[in-house]
This record gives sequence, structure tokens and C-alpha cells, in this order.
Amino acid sequence: MDSQLLYDLKSLLGSESVLHRPEELMLYEYDGSVEIARPTCVVFPRTTADVLAIVKLANQYQTPLVGRGAGTGLSGGALARKGGILTVFSRMNRILAIDIENQRATVQPGVVNSDLSAAVAHAGLHFAPDPSSQKACTIGGNVSENSGGPHTLAYGVTTNHVLSLEAILPTGELIRIGSSALDSPGYDLLGLFVGSEGTLALITEITVRLTRLPEAVKTLLAIFDSLDDATETVVDITARGITPAACEMLDGWTLRAVEAYVHAGFPLDCAAVLLLEVDGVAEAARQHAEEVADICRAHHAREVRVARDAHERDLLWKGRKNAFGAVGRLSPTYYVQDGVIPRTKLPATLRRINEIGVKYGFQIGNIFHAGDGNLHPLILFDARDEAQFRGVVAAADEIIQFCIEMGGSITGEHGVGMEKDRLMPLLFSEADLDVMRDVRAAFNPRGLLNPEKIFPTKKGCGEIHVRPLPLAGTPSA
Amino acid sequence: MTSSAISPSVTSRLAEIVGAANVASDFAQLATYEIDRKVPAAAVRPATSEEVAEIVKFAASEKLALVPTGARTKLGIGYAPSRYDLALDMTRLNKVIAYDPGDLTLSVEAGVPLAKLAQVLAEHRQFLPLPVPFANRTTIGGLIASGVDSPLRQFYGTARDFLLGMEYVTGEGVATKSGGRVVKNVTGYDIHKLMIGALGTLGVITRVNFKTFPLPLATRGFIARFPSAENALEMRHRIAQSALTPLTMEILSPRVAELFSSDAATRCERAAMPTNVLSNTEWALTTGYAGNEPVLERYAKDLQRIAQESAATGISILAENLPPAWARKREFIPIALASSPATIIVKISVLPMRMNQALVVAQTAAESNDLHWAAMARGLGIIYFAILPGDHTEDCRQRVATATTAIQEACAKLGGHATIPWAPAEWKTTLQIWGPPRADAAQMQKLKSVFDPLKILSPGRLAQDL
Repeated sequence: MDSQLLYDLKSLLGSESVLHRPEELMLYEYDGSVEIARPTCVVFPRTTADVLAIVKLANQYQTPLVGRGAGTGLSGGALARKGGILTVFSRMNRILAIDIENQRATVQPGVVNSDLSAAVAHAGLHFAPDPSSQKACTIGGNVSENSGGPHTLAYGVTTNHVLSLEAILPTGELIRIGSSALDSPGYDLLGLFVGSEGTLALITEITVRLTRLPEAVKTLLAIFDSLDDATETVVDITARGITPAACEMLDGWTLRAVEAYVHAGFPLDCAAVLLLEVDGVAEAARQHAEEVADICRAHHAREVRVARDAHERDLLWKGRKNAFGAVGRLSPTYYVQDGVIPRTKLPATLRRINEIGVKYGFQIGNIFHAGDGNLHPLILFDARDEAQFRGVVAAADEIIQFCIEMGGSITGEHGVGMEKDRLMPLLFSEADLDVMRDVRAAFNPRGLLNPEKIFPTKKGCGEIHVRPLPLAGTPSA
Repeated sequence: MTSSAISPSVTSRLAEIVGAANVASDFAQLATYEIDRKVPAAAVRPATSEEVAEIVKFAASEKLALVPTGARTKLGIGYAPSRYDLALDMTRLNKVIAYDPGDLTLSVEAGVPLAKLAQVLAEHRQFLPLPVPFANRTTIGGLIASGVDSPLRQFYGTARDFLLGMEYVTGEGVATKSGGRVVKNVTGYDIHKLMIGALGTLGVITRVNFKTFPLPLATRGFIARFPSAENALEMRHRIAQSALTPLTMEILSPRVAELFSSDAATRCERAAMPTNVLSNTEWALTTGYAGNEPVLERYAKDLQRIAQESAATGISILAENLPPAWARKREFIPIALASSPATIIVKISVLPMRMNQALVVAQTAAESNDLHWAAMARGLGIIYFAILPGDHTEDCRQRVATATTAIQEACAKLGGHATIPWAPAEWKTTLQIWGPPRADAAQMQKLKSVFDPLKILSPGRLAQDL
């Protein structure tokens, strides 16, 4: 690495805020995905002014620059694919303002998602987007990836809750977009920047909308002896116009892995469960819980359990939110997909995923946001085995191909990043991608910020790089 | 009126693309495409997105400025286009491409009228929660491009919150798309969000994908009357802090009752107003909610209690059908526009707890300049403040300019903003239609250069250089 740049970064931030030794950098070469890419150095800004100075140095030295929150992302968005300065926001973790009456909060990007909800819970409010990694992931990361979560079915994803941003463009311009009052005049820059996967700007401050916690919540666990019955139930709930707050599905195999780890009391001998939640005023929650339970029974649910108290509810959700970690105990590596399909296609798609698993000889677990058709097939494999590695990529591609044939998409919430850039031409024409590339170039003209993400490089297929998981139980979505 | 002129070779090229029957060049027809006294030299009516792309490509090669139009109900928003050679009439793109009631998704061409779509969805007991002004005539493309909001934003949000994807044609005539047709998707940049409210300055919208919603089973309307705006807002704040999540919430000023019962109102919306629920001397809070019988009872009970705590002088409960959600409230803007020879609509946006200050400021600015006014405020912090001058004189224009400037400055001080989406054509250049110059203007310029480098799409409507 350029020793002059290192010197400049250390003079700017202090040597305790700059990492560059190989053993330090190794900790930042991965995220929640199977990708690896080692940065040249890692820096920890404390203020917007620090970030601005880092951006200026990156320009001066023409070095790539990548932002990173907690590194829980699942598509390699926060990896330094071309090396360069990895800017980690973990020290910019202050909640700057909370306005209970107007239901607004302003935070630095490194604030952990669940910390914000905890800070406003006393007033009966929360920050609605709830990725499964919410105890670790940062709001800056949520904004970059437009993160979802189980409760986004009814409450919307991150973009529906962000009101304004302060950000630094890779050219070194400090910008403020949106406003805490609604309907900022002019183009919806906010809508463009949220979910741009760190390719347009480094975000330094975020104002979000806070949502009132519901008066009543009913959490149901519906147990099925057939996967088809479970998926048909989801189709029927949607078709009858009921929008639960959450509608998650775990197949039998995944359930057993989870139960062995979490001991939530999940049945061990079923084909699938649906974890359903309805909320609202007490009268509405009661009515919707009854309707949902009736639909489950009409589709041959063996049993419908209703969580009796907050403890039982938490236990059910603990099972769901720790599922990826539970699977991590069983396999050296797993590859998680994020395809989306129209909800009526759920039964056919799950059958196809099973066939693909059999065809390639992989165990595939399914745990996903059934209510919005967002699948998360987990393909278990051993990355040290070259043949398995090739097989898993082929199997994953076949699943994604099927999702697209069903009228779906390649990613519902994990992002394209460096994992799925090569799949973008399956959804978008070269003309579509060129317009998006032009938008990127308008804000990131030299391509210094988060290079080689989202858009395929025009030279052809890339390869995904896979490594064994370092530890089981890493938080994931 | 001014009209631009183009050579006969242009009309014949356009006729090659869409057929001679779909190119209008006689003045009587063209006059119907007028925007703020400007009349285009030709109007062209494509039937497919390929034809749209070809027309735009041709316009780009000839440097002809074009404005996409639908039902032409909201062309008065913003500035007049700085150049206006062609009206691109999108109403022949009127097909519902796909509707999957089981998935609650929809894909429609831009020229489909909202009302027609509502019928299609109602067959499956679904709807788009977009009861926007001019709902009986507006097209989908027009409501997206104009960025208008609806009473249902209180619960469902704005179009931005359930727009899944879009196909559009850039200013260079490239047919392109973003998003998709599934309800959750983070593939690529959300360019479709940029097209909302861009007034056709970034692209010509050809096709729009939406999430649809189940129609609420039963709805009710609750109206409470108050001696002051402060009391009505007190009720708004108490509802926000309660467990209730109503579908709509509007605060109406005195004089709205008179506006809503006028002949002008009947011309805008035939559905009659409920009688005796509004008073000409009082403020009112109106809110709509939905659910089964126990839920409706709970809302009625809680709302009555909250109204009493907020010093309401009277309440009414209405059986309300959705849509239309109390149709004349939806049509507040068209009714206000029809109620004065020189109506100005100021759209104020502030944090909810500052709405009272914003209303005081606006009221004072209007009254100290001898201007009549009426206001409808949405519970989320948006106030439509209609100034209703009695005439069209230069003296009146000056008083309006003084009042709107005062409102805009005060709203900025309150941490919000105020724009003037509607004003008499000849007054617009003397008003700050989109508010004071913005710090993010440079970023908007960058986007304009990407999507419309030749500046031929609705030039100047959003800002002089956009």
C-alpha cells in the first residue's frame, strides 16, 4: 500500500483509527455473504468531517473507497472488491436527535438498528424495518441496501421510512437530500440514494420516521405435514386480502436445525411451519388472528399455536431470527439465495427448489418471508471441495432462473452487490443497465466509490469467490 | 395565446410513425393541449411504447420540445414549459397489461384512466389507494408524473410506497425500465421513484407496475367540529399518540363548507356532500377508518372521547364508502381552482407539531393582504392552503406575491417548505413556484443531464433549468 496515503490517513484520524496489517485486514475481507475481498486499509471515521477528508484523500490518491457498517450484508456490498480504503462507520454510532411528538429520529450511520428501537420504546415507538440481523446491523447499512425484514410485509422496507440524508459524494461534495417534513420539492433523490448499495455516496446522517408500536400483537405458529399445504395457505391468506404483519415459513429440515440450537419448542416431525403475526388495535388483532388460524386449518394445519405471552412470542421469533446461525452449525458453508416470486407461484417454486437440490445432491433448507414471496433457500456445501463449489453455483443459478421465469426478481432485500452483478442481464437489457450506469457516473464519475458492484463488468462472467465460514452463528438476515 | 410553428416535414414524419389520423395540427384541436396560454405546433397520439420511443428520438434529432399529456387535468402545475413544440398525447396507451389479483400486482399502460382501473380492480374487491384530485378523469401516467397525493396517504402512503416498477422512454428516445413486478425487490436503482412528481422532465412514462390492496370491508367517517385550528390539531395529535391507525385524516378550515356546497363543487364532483357536518364558522377534523363491527365500535368510542378531550363542539359519524373517500374532500384542489378567478394553491409541508404555527402564518399572510382563503391539512403535516382572490388585477397579484413570500419564508423558518403548484399562468413568473433556490439543485441537474441531455422533455416546468 502507498505508505504516503497511510501516513496521511493516520495523521488525519490517528493511528488507532487506521488498520493495515494483513492479520487486521483479514477481519474485514468478508461479510455475511460467501464473497471475499481484502481492503488495502481500514479506517474508522468519527465525524462527517473525517469522512469528507477520507473522500478527498481517496481522490488525491485515486484509491477505491468502500463504506461498511457491521458487515452483516449478504451480497458483498461492503467488501472492497478492488481493494482500497474500507471506511467502517462503527464509531459514528450516535443517535443525534429523537423527536417523539413528530415521530422522527436523526442518527449517525453506525447506529445499530435495534438500538434505535430500544431508545424510543419508552414512548411506544420503534424503527419499523427489522432485518434478522437487527441486533448487529447498522442503519447506514440498512439505508444503503434498502433492507427488509419479516415485518416489512405490512410496514414497508427501509426506503419507506427514511426522510432525509446527509451524504458525501465520491467527488467530495457534501449533500443534504430530502427533509424531515414530507414531500421535498424536486426529484426524489432520496428514493434513488436509498438502496443504491453504497455506489453513489457515503451516508453520514440519516433522519427516519418512527412508527407507533401496535396495541396488540398475536403470534401464531401453524404446523403442517405437507409443504404444499403450507405454501397454499400463504397464497390463500394473500388472496383473501389479509395482510399479516409478518408471514414467515420454515421447512421441516430447517426447523429441526433451528430447534436443536434455539429450543423454541418447534415440532420436529413436521414438513413446514408458518410463523404468522397480526397486529393493530386489540379488536382487529383478535379478528385477524381468528381468520388466519381458520385459513391454516382449512389447509390441513395439524395444529395452530398462539403465543400466550411476550416470552413465547420472543422464543418463536428467536428461532426465526437465529435460523441462519443454526444452519451454520451443520455445514462448513452455506449459500443463501434471495430470489423473489409472485406469491401465487410459491408452491411450484418450492417444489422446483427441492428438485434442484436432489439433482445436484445438496441439502437445501428453506426459511423465508413467505408473505411477500421472498425466498431464502440455503444450500449447504463444503467450499473446500472444488466440485461442490461449482455445483452450488450451478444450483443457485438454476433456482434464480426459475424465479425469473415465474416473473420474479434476483434479490428481494440482500442486494446485488458483487454476488449477483453477473445475473443482472437476466432482468435488465443493456439499455436499462446503461441508464443506471449513467446515473452512477453522474454522482460517482471516476468510479472510485464501491467499484464493480451491482452492474456486470462488460468483459463477461465473473466468478464468485467462496470461503469456509469462520464461525457458526454469524447474524444474518 | 402563443403557438410554436414547425415545418410540414415534421408532421409528415410524425404521421409516418403513428398514422395521419393520430397527428393533430389544426388550431382548434391544438388549443385543447394548451398549457398556460402556450399551444403546441402538433399533437401526436402514439399507441405503443415503441412509437413513443420513435417520436422522442425524432424530436431529439430535431430539437423539438415535447410535453407528455394524459387527461390534461394537471398541466397547470408548475411553470409553463419554456418550449412546447409537441404534445405527446398518451391516452391511446390504455391497456391493462397484467393484473394478478392473487398476487395483488398490476401492470398498466400510462394512459389508462384511474377510474377505469378502479372498476377492473373492484371486480376482485381490490383497489389502488390513490383517490387523487381529478380522480374521475386522471390517467395513471398523469397522477404519477404530477406527484399528487390523496387522503389515503395517512394509512397507505403515496404512490412511491406501492410503485413496483416502470417502463419509460428517456429524452434520447431509449425505451428502458427499472424495478419489477414483485412486491419486494432491490434489483438495480429505483429510477421509477425519480419519475414521480418530475412533471415529465426526466422521461415519458409508458407503463407502471403497482401493488394493489384489498378493499376495506366497511368504513366510517368521523367528523368533529372545533372553535379553532388549535383544537382540531389537538385532536390530530391525540389520535397520533393513540393505538388508532385511521385511513384518512384531514383538518378543514372554516369556508370549506361553503366551497364544498357551491355550484363549482358540483361541477367538479357530482357526488353530493354530506349535509350539516361542516360549519362555515368552525374548523373540523375528518377521519376515516375501516374494520369489522367490533373495530368500528372501538374507533367510534375512542374518537368520541378524544374529540371531547380536544374541546369539540359537535361530532358526526358517517357511513362512508371507499373509494371515493368523501369525494369532495378528495377534490379540494379542483373545487378551490373553480371557486375564484385567480386561485393560488400553496402546498405547505411542516412537521406535524408545527402545523398550527404554519396555519397561523398562512392565515395572517392572507388576511393582512385582504385575501380570502380556505385550507385543508392532512394529518401527516401537509397543508393545502388555497388563496381565493376576488379578481385578477395587478394590485391583487402584488398582494398574492407578498402573502406567498411571507408564507414561504415562515415555513422555511419552521423547518419545512411551501410550494405553489397552482397559480394563474401570467402570475407564475413573479412567484417562487417551487420555493426558494435549493441546495440540492446541482444534484437534480446531474439527473436531468443523464435522462434528458438535450432538454426536450417538458423543459422548464419543474425549474428553469430542469
